[in-house]
Amino acid sequence: MTLDSTSRAAGNGGRRVVITGAGTINALGHDVPATLTAFREGRCGISQLDFQDVDRLSIQIGAQVHDWRAEDYFNRQQILLYDKFTQFTLLAAKQAVAQSGLDFQGELGLCSGVVLGTAGGGLNTWDENYRAVYEEGKNRVHPFVVPKLMNNAAASHVSMEFGLRGPAFTVATACASSNHAMGLAFQMVRSGAARVMLTGGSEAMLCFGGVKAWEGLRVMSRDACRPFSANRNGMVQGEGAGVFVFEDYENARARGADILAEVVGFAMSSDAQDIVMPSAQGAERAITGALKDAGLNPESVGYINAHGTGTAANDKTECAAVAHAFGHHADRLMISSTKAMHGHIIGGTGAVELLACIMALRDGVIAPTINYQEPDPECALDVVPNEAREARVDAVLSNAFAFGGLNAVIALRRI
Amino acid sequence: MNDQIRNRIRAIIAEQAMLEPEQISDDSTPTELGIDSLGLVESIFALEEEFDISIPFNANEPDKSDFDISTMGTIMAAVERLVAQKAA
Repeated sequence: MTLDSTSRAAGNGGRRVVITGAGTINALGHDVPATLTAFREGRCGISQLDFQDVDRLSIQIGAQVHDWRAEDYFNRQQILLYDKFTQFTLLAAKQAVAQSGLDFQGELGLCSGVVLGTAGGGLNTWDENYRAVYEEGKNRVHPFVVPKLMNNAAASHVSMEFGLRGPAFTVATACASSNHAMGLAFQMVRSGAARVMLTGGSEAMLCFGGVKAWEGLRVMSRDACRPFSANRNGMVQGEGAGVFVFEDYENARARGADILAEVVGFAMSSDAQDIVMPSAQGAERAITGALKDAGLNPESVGYINAHGTGTAANDKTECAAVAHAFGHHADRLMISSTKAMHGHIIGGTGAVELLACIMALRDGVIAPTINYQEPDPECALDVVPNEAREARVDAVLSNAFAFGGLNAVIALRRI
Repeated sequence: MNDQIRNRIRAIIAEQAMLEPEQISDDSTPTELGIDSLGLVESIFALEEEFDISIPFNANEPDKSDFDISTMGTIMAAVERLVAQKAA
């Protein structure tokens, strides 16, 4: 693999950015090692949903974190203040910071920050309190409803937990939220605006109102998520969080940190076309933009973590975009969707999927697309069907293409 | 009775397509009427609300659904069937 230093300098220059910590909770596991084990085993985290009024839903499955006990991680006062999406975020952030070995006391805290993605924010809090006032007729709600449900709650609590006093904000671009967040974090460290950024995203939308809203669009599967398979019949929602430590390479090297991967490029684009139907051209512009930003030759990309929702529209559009962006090399690279395992974690999905990218670079294991049953001529790429594969890859991409036509692609490379 | 149901269905589709009901014939397809995928999902929702029925339709596999959306005629027949099932 070659990193074209000329175009890199000419394009965006700046500092090199590396990942020095990772954390997650999702239906596959409560931490990174458990999640990566599930990726290797091709394990499915999708099962029968379990929450109040689930019997009134026509969609009964999801990748839910069934064994979640907030009291194992937080005290009573914290639980009153943290929606589930914040709880998931804090757990993942603590894992990531612990792995990085960073301490943000003093000057480092002043030049470090957090940018996170979420689409629904504290949706469980909305749901519970609407039920209380509309269905149960209550006229009073808990005083913390607003600070719990606001989309920036998780970012704010992360900044408080670790003393991150620099830039802190939340990005909401539906299914691309965490890729947009991580791209912005990358740009901020690269430009020198921050030395360390905690970044990623979280979603906890698996409640009656959250799933009922999605049912309306009629794009959800009732039985399984089967990305790229000809018999796919829709997406399956998941929940969880992924948080990473993005750090200035010189800073990481000087302190002898264990570097998981280098973030080398990011691009975003808008289809400017349709509120739900994706565009291959918009996706392709984000892919080629990320390669250009990274100074990567297309031939050096060995793996793409697909958006791969398992809907009829996304998967064929995404494959067309990849085929067009990579030309002949599209037939040589591997592309898989891990959503068949952890579900579509909406605003947090790109963050959890970045773990598959890191696993590919660091461990030489490509996470599979499980539930793959029938080839689709419109998805004629190597989708790593059903079983993980050992392969050495030097550079990878992670795709996210959101409702609203908003696309965000990140490029990583092995270090 | 059936004419009444058909007229109500036609009115709903006409509104979605921004046409007059008379402009919609039994062999019109949703595409010919200018109804895109989101418009189709919206039409199905409107039919469910109008007749208090539940229409089994997944936008990912429209061909596999019991609810045949290929033409206005098939849509009307499918709605009539669901209305009759509900009454039974």
